[in-house]
Amino acid sequence: MNRPAWALTWRCLRVWRRDWLVNRQSWKVGFLVPLLEPIFYVAAFGVGFRLLIPEVHYEGLTVSYVKFMAPSLVATSIMYNAFFENTYSSFVRMYYQKTYDAIMATPLSIEEVILGEILWGATKSVMAAIIVLAVLSVAGLIHYPSALAVIPLAFLGGLAFGSAGMVFTGIVKNIDTFNLPIFLFLTPMFLFSGTFFPTDTLPHWAQMAAQAVPLTHLVHLTRGLCFGIAGWRDVAVAVGYLLVFTALCLPLALAAMRRRLTR
Amino acid sequence: MSSNADDCVLEARHLRKLYGKAVAVDDVTFRVERGELFGLLGPNGAGKTSTIRMAYGSSPLSGGSLRVFGRDIVTDWRAIRMRLGVCHQDNNLDTEMSVRENLEVFAGFFGIPRAVARERADKLLTFFELEHRGESEVHELSGGMMRRLVLARAMVNEPEFLILDEPTTGLDPQSRHQVWERLGRLKQDGVSILLTTHYMEEAARLCDRLIIVDQGRILVEGRPRDLVAQYVGNQVVESSPVCPELRDFVKQRGLEHEDLGHRMLIYCKDDESLFREIARRYCQDNCILRMGTLEDVFLKLTGRDLRE
Repeated sequence: MNRPAWALTWRCLRVWRRDWLVNRQSWKVGFLVPLLEPIFYVAAFGVGFRLLIPEVHYEGLTVSYVKFMAPSLVATSIMYNAFFENTYSSFVRMYYQKTYDAIMATPLSIEEVILGEILWGATKSVMAAIIVLAVLSVAGLIHYPSALAVIPLAFLGGLAFGSAGMVFTGIVKNIDTFNLPIFLFLTPMFLFSGTFFPTDTLPHWAQMAAQAVPLTHLVHLTRGLCFGIAGWRDVAVAVGYLLVFTALCLPLALAAMRRRLTR
Repeated sequence: MSSNADDCVLEARHLRKLYGKAVAVDDVTFRVERGELFGLLGPNGAGKTSTIRMAYGSSPLSGGSLRVFGRDIVTDWRAIRMRLGVCHQDNNLDTEMSVRENLEVFAGFFGIPRAVARERADKLLTFFELEHRGESEVHELSGGMMRRLVLARAMVNEPEFLILDEPTTGLDPQSRHQVWERLGRLKQDGVSILLTTHYMEEAARLCDRLIIVDQGRILVEGRPRDLVAQYVGNQVVESSPVCPELRDFVKQRGLEHEDLGHRMLIYCKDDESLFREIARRYCQDNCILRMGTLEDVFLKLTGRDLRE
């Protein structure tokens, strides 16, 4: 077959720009989710759980439950924003709006379109992380300046989860099929990745399983940075894991989308 | 080798497209000359859209070669697309942006600076009579306006060559005439155009040359008037209903005709006396003489079976 080679250049930023411009409209309502969600969680866990779980022991610290849980809200919002952007939203643009078809008549390759979309997903993670951090900071739950490092971390986490989402966008039959990866991967990660309780309370096999998934590493480092206790080793492990995860998922996503869009 | 790249905007040679084992485009060879409006006609599933998708490098070739502006689409797709405009069959506009933003953001995909993009958008909105709708949302536009916006968007990079996939499908006659008028003006400005359409009247009116394809193969190529003259003649007698005596007459005289049961078309080239004879003897009131059309040619060549 006579097909063009992969082509990946900085031109992907043009697709990112398109998404950014569109987002200025939808963000007028969209920002409410990362703004209100942490408020609800802090209210529910801070008020509701205060008497049930007075404090948590974590890495030699003793903290209130709400303080323990708060950084997880940042980490999970990083995960959900990129994943949803590069599944549901990307699918709508690809399948219903045929935006990609239109762009592919311009000097952009499929790979550039898809990478632009993934970069945009990561950008949404960053925006969400900043808002969640701001809300939690008002509640006095975040330690600065180390927490500022969560912002670049959000971008990396967004790349990881966005690439994973885009792999599914490349293979799902229809938009309802996204329920499956969300139910099978995202929800278990949301519950068991050291988000709402430390992983060392889990049985050994479950701890091993937790170490294998990306959210555990993202939560661990986010918490370390929000508490101001992250060491270089924590940074190296989590960043290393997310880089490798992205390096695996991104080419898979590009290949799956290329396969899907090349007819 | 492309022969004289300056005169030819598109050259397809022995083009093939396979989807698994199904053959969509089968050994298609044609050229679009510079400044020409070239028609690509055919029933649904004939391979028109597959051909077009290969022409702008969105679909890989299964065989043959395709050159645009004298350059190979497989290796030089990016340079080619810089100078090319494509109007898709679907209104694949960005529904989340305003009319003007649709043009300006699309210009961004070509790397056109923002100030230039704004000027182009102004010019195109005026050209397509959308200047008062610049700030409208896409979903507020009528079908005709959306179509014009898709066309305008295809021209944001000031292309030398436009590929239009059914640009008037679904439009009312007013909108269609407006699009035709614009295409005529573009042609005058020297833009080359490759057009697909299901409207034979449109093809006959606009195209300098055209090909009719069916099941992936080219059936004929030529100027619309020449094709009509060659395949059906300038005059067609249409009789409905058909009396048995007329059937016998047609057979006996060996006239070229098409018998549709309740209706019969007799292609009588330029012989008007034949019509008078038929009308007098067989079908005084239910018989008309009309001009042969490209639609006659199309149906004669591709048959009347439905394509689904």
